[in-house]
Amino acid sequence: MDLDVLISYFPKYVEAFFLTVRVGVIGIGIAFLMGIISAFIVYFKVPILSFIFSAYIELFRNTPLLVQLFFIYFGLPKLGISISAEVCGVVGIGLLGGSYMAEGFRSGLSAVPGSQNEGALALGMTKSQMFFNVIFPEAFSLSVPAIVANVIFLLKETSVFSAISLMDLMFTAKDLIGLYYNTTEALFLLVVFYVVMILPVSIVGNMVEKRVHYKMFGV
Amino acid sequence: MGFEVLLKGSNMSRLLVGLAVALRISMISVAISIVLGVILGSLMTLKNPVIKVVSKIYLEFIRIMPQMVLLFLVFFGTTKALGINMSADTASIIVFSLWGTAEMSDLVRGALSGIPKIQYESSFSLGMTTAQTYIHVIIPQIIRRMLPLSINLVTRMIKTTSLVMMIGIVEVLKVGQQIIEANRKSSPNAAFGVYATIFILYFLVCWPISILSKYLEKKWES
Amino acid sequence: MDEILSIKNLTKTFDDFVVLDHINMDVKKGEVVVIVGPSGCGKSTFLRCINAFEKIDDGSVLLSGESINPSKGKQNKTREKVGMVFQSYELFPHKTVLQNMILAPMKVKKVKKKDAEKEALVLLERVGLLSKKDSYPHQLSGGQKQRVAIVRALMMNPEVLLLDEITAALDPEMVREVLDVVINLAKEGRTMVIVTHEMLFAKAVADRMIFIDGGRIVEEGDPVSFFENPQTERLKKFLNSFTY
Repeated sequence: MDLDVLISYFPKYVEAFFLTVRVGVIGIGIAFLMGIISAFIVYFKVPILSFIFSAYIELFRNTPLLVQLFFIYFGLPKLGISISAEVCGVVGIGLLGGSYMAEGFRSGLSAVPGSQNEGALALGMTKSQMFFNVIFPEAFSLSVPAIVANVIFLLKETSVFSAISLMDLMFTAKDLIGLYYNTTEALFLLVVFYVVMILPVSIVGNMVEKRVHYKMFGV
Repeated sequence: MGFEVLLKGSNMSRLLVGLAVALRISMISVAISIVLGVILGSLMTLKNPVIKVVSKIYLEFIRIMPQMVLLFLVFFGTTKALGINMSADTASIIVFSLWGTAEMSDLVRGALSGIPKIQYESSFSLGMTTAQTYIHVIIPQIIRRMLPLSINLVTRMIKTTSLVMMIGIVEVLKVGQQIIEANRKSSPNAAFGVYATIFILYFLVCWPISILSKYLEKKWES
Repeated sequence: MDEILSIKNLTKTFDDFVVLDHINMDVKKGEVVVIVGPSGCGKSTFLRCINAFEKIDDGSVLLSGESINPSKGKQNKTREKVGMVFQSYELFPHKTVLQNMILAPMKVKKVKKKDAEKEALVLLERVGLLSKKDSYPHQLSGGQKQRVAIVRALMMNPEVLLLDEITAALDPEMVREVLDVVINLAKEGRTMVIVTHEMLFAKAVADRMIFIDGGRIVEEGDPVSFFENPQTERLKKFLNSFTY
């Protein structure tokens, strides 16, 4: 491996790293909101909306991000809806992630035992008080492992952005391999930057998961 | 809206052949992953320190590395490092098997260590041999614990094979691109129709499998 | 020769800790022996030695004159003749009640499915669970599961039945239904070795009581004198810790 090459490539990767993180973080934020909203709508069986959102969840959970991005980025402009590659990345991660997060929250909600409801109702709470004070917090903590897994999954999925010419880490590596054939250095930096990006999330995620588990089960 | 291009000539069947290319890669990888995953997962329950460390590093690396990066590592990296010219097909099967084996082994390990020792003893106490105990008591329970999650892995594998176009395999998305290119003049809106169709095709393949996985999970919950 | 089980100088150690220290015990056909003692006294390990789940360090366990030794690799033949019921039931979760009961007779004894089912239904009827024959274990209460576990063991027609704290995990109201089953088995003349904390039950079912403490048999005798007139200080103290 050539150290000079590594050094000369480094700034390009840093730039791509921040672009990837920016798009990833905003996208995951949107995914989180989409997930909560969808889970609520489906949980409360809001008429019509719950059908639409269920369909959305199933559609996006069962199709690849790459296909979703191609459809949004290349297909939708034919209907007059044109967005930049970066916005497309954010929207793609947001929609894909939203469907995964919704599924995570949904299974958390369905795992809260019914006895809890009676416990809260016996204390004189109204149904909505009960939902926001008892059911939701508990469902949320039950969903933590799924949320962590989804965040890691979505950060990994950002590598697909290169296909719509977003200058992310993957694109940078591909570009450098194509231009200068310094494959080893380009791939090495690619791996390093992904480790820097995702390993901390994985470690923190494991810790959070353990704490939530401790809080809930005392072990 | 660009759907008409698919009715021209053999375009639709070309698209389906492309989909079959992606499905073939995922099915071969799933089969390899199940075999290797069961072996590795069983080894991981042995509590051997070397196996433990190596498998932990392997699993964590696969867990945090995007499949796309793995594809590039294997496809371009091995060519460079080992001087072999690996076909894109082989490279993708290797990558998806590496990924699938990691996930399967973790499932197998979890399922195996989730069955208490006394459940084996309960079977032994009825006079059953070790082989009978595994065949009639332990393995059926492991399959019930693992099957819904392994089926889930199959859908994720199928979805992820869409990436292989990035290392030059002509699968459904690539065929789609070719169709759009070839009909640029006659059907300027082909991009919408073609990509929407591919979107639906993937959905039609993955959705029933997801439903099966959910159904089994519910059925065997307790 | 009506001794089914003959245990001589049984010794078992874990590392340096002596769990069972030269235990001697004979069980006659049709006899019900109840073993009591403080937690960790070795009574469960003792049962596990009889069923060849633990390797014996010294001494011998003879079942109908044949030696039980886990190192011989013939444990399954022994275990065919020794039934065991566990505190945690250990039914097979993926099989129905009926399937749980007929599995071992069919696979081990090569009994025909029809015959095994016929026998199983008779046994289920007797413990009042005929209606549950097609239920899965997770659909049953603890007491029901334990009754199934007992009749599942009976399906193999064991010469000796070992019961290891079979009511310890049950709610108080379910203890009764399980113990009634065991009392009936005693009346029928089943040979049983029982480890329990239920003193009233022990009194009702035992032909002979054994008190183990610190890996040794400290006192043994018929239930009346055992409970009314304990000879050793340790047994007195142990019995006083129960209010019954």
